[in-house]
Amino acid sequence: MAKKLQLTLKVWRQPSGKAEGRIETYDAKDIPVTASFLEMLDIVNEGIIADGGEPIAFDHDCREGICGMCSLTINGCPHGPGKGVTTCQVHMRSFQDGDTIWIEPFRADAFPVLKDLMVDRTAFDHIIQAGGFISARTGSAVDANATPIPKPVADAAFDAAACIGCGACVAACKNASAMLFVAAKVEHLGMLPQGKAEKDRRVLSMVRAMDDHGFGNCTNQYECEAVCPKEISATYITKMNRDFAAASVKEAVVTEF
Amino acid sequence: MVSDISKDMPDSKIPSGPIAEKWTKHKMDSRLINPNNKRKYTVLVVGSGLAGASAAATLSELGYKVKCFCYQDSPRRAHSIAAQGGINAAKNYQNDGDSVYRLFYDTVKGGDFRSREANVHRLAECSTEIIDQCVAQGVPFAREYGGLLANRSFGGAQVSRTFYARGQTGQQLLIGAYSALSKQIAAGGVEMYPRTEMLDLVLVDGHAKGIVVRDMVTGRVHSFAGDTVLLATGGYGNVFYLSTNAMGCNVTAAYRAHKRGAYFANPCYTQIHPTCIPVSGAYQSKLTLMSESLRNDGRVWVPKKAGETRRPRDIPEDERDYYLERKYPSFGNLAPRDISSRGAKEVCDEGRGVGDTGLGVYLDFAAAIDRDGEDAIRERYGNLFQMYEQITGENAYQTPMRIFPAVHYTMGGLWVDYNLMSNIPGLHVLGEANFSDHGANRLGASALMQGLADGYFVIPCTIANYLAGETPGTVTTEHEAFKKVEEEVSQRIHQFLNINGNRSVDSFHRELGLMVWDKCGMARDREGLTEALKKIPELREEFWKNVRVPGDNNNVNQELEKAGRVADFLEFAELLCYDARAREESCGGHFRTEYQTEEGEAMRDDENYAYVSAWEHEGVGKEPTLHKENLEFENVKLAVRSYK
Amino acid sequence: MKLLESFKQFYASSIGKKLLVALSGAVLLLFLLGHLLGNLVIYLGRGALNDYAEFLHHALHGMGVWIARVGLLGAVGIHIMATIHLAAQNRAARHSRYAYESTQTASKASRTMIISGTIILCFIIFHLLHFTILPNDLKDVTTAGHVRPDVYGMVVKGFQNVLVSLFYIVSMAFVCFHLSHGVSSVFQTLGFRSEKSADMIKWLGHGYAAFIFLGNISIPIAVLLGFLKF
Repeated sequence: MAKKLQLTLKVWRQPSGKAEGRIETYDAKDIPVTASFLEMLDIVNEGIIADGGEPIAFDHDCREGICGMCSLTINGCPHGPGKGVTTCQVHMRSFQDGDTIWIEPFRADAFPVLKDLMVDRTAFDHIIQAGGFISARTGSAVDANATPIPKPVADAAFDAAACIGCGACVAACKNASAMLFVAAKVEHLGMLPQGKAEKDRRVLSMVRAMDDHGFGNCTNQYECEAVCPKEISATYITKMNRDFAAASVKEAVVTEF
Repeated sequence: MVSDISKDMPDSKIPSGPIAEKWTKHKMDSRLINPNNKRKYTVLVVGSGLAGASAAATLSELGYKVKCFCYQDSPRRAHSIAAQGGINAAKNYQNDGDSVYRLFYDTVKGGDFRSREANVHRLAECSTEIIDQCVAQGVPFAREYGGLLANRSFGGAQVSRTFYARGQTGQQLLIGAYSALSKQIAAGGVEMYPRTEMLDLVLVDGHAKGIVVRDMVTGRVHSFAGDTVLLATGGYGNVFYLSTNAMGCNVTAAYRAHKRGAYFANPCYTQIHPTCIPVSGAYQSKLTLMSESLRNDGRVWVPKKAGETRRPRDIPEDERDYYLERKYPSFGNLAPRDISSRGAKEVCDEGRGVGDTGLGVYLDFAAAIDRDGEDAIRERYGNLFQMYEQITGENAYQTPMRIFPAVHYTMGGLWVDYNLMSNIPGLHVLGEANFSDHGANRLGASALMQGLADGYFVIPCTIANYLAGETPGTVTTEHEAFKKVEEEVSQRIHQFLNINGNRSVDSFHRELGLMVWDKCGMARDREGLTEALKKIPELREEFWKNVRVPGDNNNVNQELEKAGRVADFLEFAELLCYDARAREESCGGHFRTEYQTEEGEAMRDDENYAYVSAWEHEGVGKEPTLHKENLEFENVKLAVRSYK
Repeated sequence: MKLLESFKQFYASSIGKKLLVALSGAVLLLFLLGHLLGNLVIYLGRGALNDYAEFLHHALHGMGVWIARVGLLGAVGIHIMATIHLAAQNRAARHSRYAYESTQTASKASRTMIISGTIILCFIIFHLLHFTILPNDLKDVTTAGHVRPDVYGMVVKGFQNVLVSLFYIVSMAFVCFHLSHGVSSVFQTLGFRSEKSADMIKWLGHGYAAFIFLGNISIPIAVLLGFLKF
């Protein structure tokens, strides 16, 4: 049978968005190393329920690293140990018997806590609504092969499009900046020929939406890139900076978007 | 109670005429609504996966007022996102003889002749437009160096018609639909309600005119009225507890509609995927699928001896049983999904399963590594091996992978006519939530195609056939029907919170899942199903007496959310078993051990069972009434498959 | 006026302010390089340095030095003002701190730019008082009999005070620290960085910082060791 761990958890508990939160300590007993991190929390929650308490609330859904719903900052690192993984893909074999694990929500003013470890990330949706799309009305499309797209361009667009919108970049950034998230979408669409028509308008309005939601600014530390479960490169931020500068100049001296 | 074939079945509204002209004809015959009038109609869309998001976006583009609901924190997270393989389309870009007709034919045949020809043909027709639409939205499909779209052959298809975006096709398509939805939200055409769960359907004079929802942040129960309701709420795979579905996937919306009168069709058609990572312990919450392509190079085996304890590499060749190669010499390890899944179950039932739980078989790459070298294997499957190692901690280059089948997709769903409308007027059902296109078995890369076809192209046309006959905005939430249903929903929540029993919701879900998997999983028989039909109500009774739902309803309460879903699964499981028991044949994802050939092949009974089973709810704990829609095959000849 | 509106909007945006920080930073970087090269003239002797100083003061009929001063003051002003605004926004973006803080990859320098920048500002004030604003009584008489300020003498005399030298060396360490993040940051913010060039730019930044540091501290060290005499 699988080895079992005895752990101490320091978990952020906050009854609701308005209430004060604090760190509480729990024992996580007999956790199989083969369990996933969220299954460890399931086990702890079963114990809390049995003892008549309220289980720890946390967001999760697909549990296979693609939906972007799970969050958690584990020992100060969004999505915990391991490169290129989400919290739901972390397994307990990454920890040692006797470890103390700190579990906190993704912290940012733009991501208010709803309860315990759950945060509200609708700010991301609002940023996408500001311009994270190509205005292609259903039915109006030309044949899919009408516009060839060089493979390197398609691949680079894909690398950016791999973003799952989890918000780890914001959680990791000491300024709670959303630049990596915004850049990934701006560049995914901006690189493709289909997205060029709205490129300038898109970068301006998405960056402004980002600012309006109270995210911080980028100080080029690349913490976002380090924790991104899809390993999206900060060079997309570089490109967005350039695109933003160009679009700003165009807007100032040439045309309104 | 079994009613006579088609007698009291609602009209399926399949257009007359040759198969290839039905959809065109139907579009021409469909009613139209003046653009200025469209904005007066409110459409409620429940679910924001491929079907829901694409429908909400497109209907809003047409001018309808749309309200869209999802239980996740953002519409971008619906479980369509997890589809890996690809999306089929009859583009014939590869010049390999593909056509709309061939895609239609393959899909009907793949569905084991239990789907409606007309629906499937329409699906095949729409498939090409889907690709155009997605590319226009910026979906980064795989491309060749010349810049044109790449294709691959998928799921045993003889032609290369699958479009893909690495292993994340579902994600990219969903983000495309989500971006279209976002555009319409920004334009004011769609009001989006995330973290909002539909808990019931409201009928006014027999028409679906609204829904009751719970705000999952504040706990508030309230309602929305509309001129029509669209359910795009996915499948019911989580009735098995362990499946490849997301944790939140549930049957509640569809089942509540069923309780309000909507027929549930073919629930027993559930698809099992053979190459999932096995369960490692009782705490397991979900199963992860690995691409079936692994079977191209991996050899499936178990030890010959039951209770084997040696490590796999220490078991000599002559003590291994390569059972797929043995039983199906010509297809071997590439035998179809259901056959290889059942093969695994059989050897595990014999006690020859591997791993701690005994529920697993080896998928061994040693021979392929010897033949092609480790680098070649890494090139082909590197990401899958990595994923496997992440989850199991084992290096599959050195030791064989362990795999086991898991529930993956459900073909059954609410019954709909050609307009995607259920037997409740005004209730439309899209995507995996309906039963319509995949018959008894879904082909690989067809789920995404169906979700998007329904949302982008079918419903925008057919919805007017219902709406044009309705005066817009006649019903508001002030109507007494809303108050009544709201009251029922609140009452139920109150009940959950006040049982104060001793068992967690999950413990009931696990027990139910195990039971359903055992009796109504990969292989079923009358005896087992009858037993399940006895045990499920007992478990349900215990649930209502002994479940513990902590907390209150003024806040986020995840246990309460789960309780509602599990309560519905506890009723739905019974329906699933009734259907499985009533269908005395084996077809597609439904295998009855009594109905198999001597070689263990599924034995269909076209004479007696070439129909859609549409179940009518008669009350909790009461046997539902079966209605039958006869399936006519005018274009595809019924044939028996053979993989010997 | 429309242009002014556009600029306001540009400044209001996060990337707008960052672009200004990067552009002003780039101006200051180039100035530092020029300044260092000028400083190194000291090794050519009293005459050469004083010639160079005289040239600077007379370029463009004496206007050159004032253009440079105004330009630099502007760059420093923009750099500081935009940074203060950015820092305030950054602080406001996260009020609740992690109970368990950890850093994945960010360098110490990148996390202390505000501190190193503030120290550098103090240094600049001292430096200007020391060598530019306070009167220099030392005179140098050329062979042609021309009398001019003795910059060389001022520098050597100043650095013969161990405390002053030490202060300069420590300050230069902070400048170096600031540049080790600042140089590559300029490339990133102005949009000239790619996956392929990222490493090169990082090393360029470190190399540049080291060059400025070593070049500048060599002078007080040379004075203290007696290589440069009054």
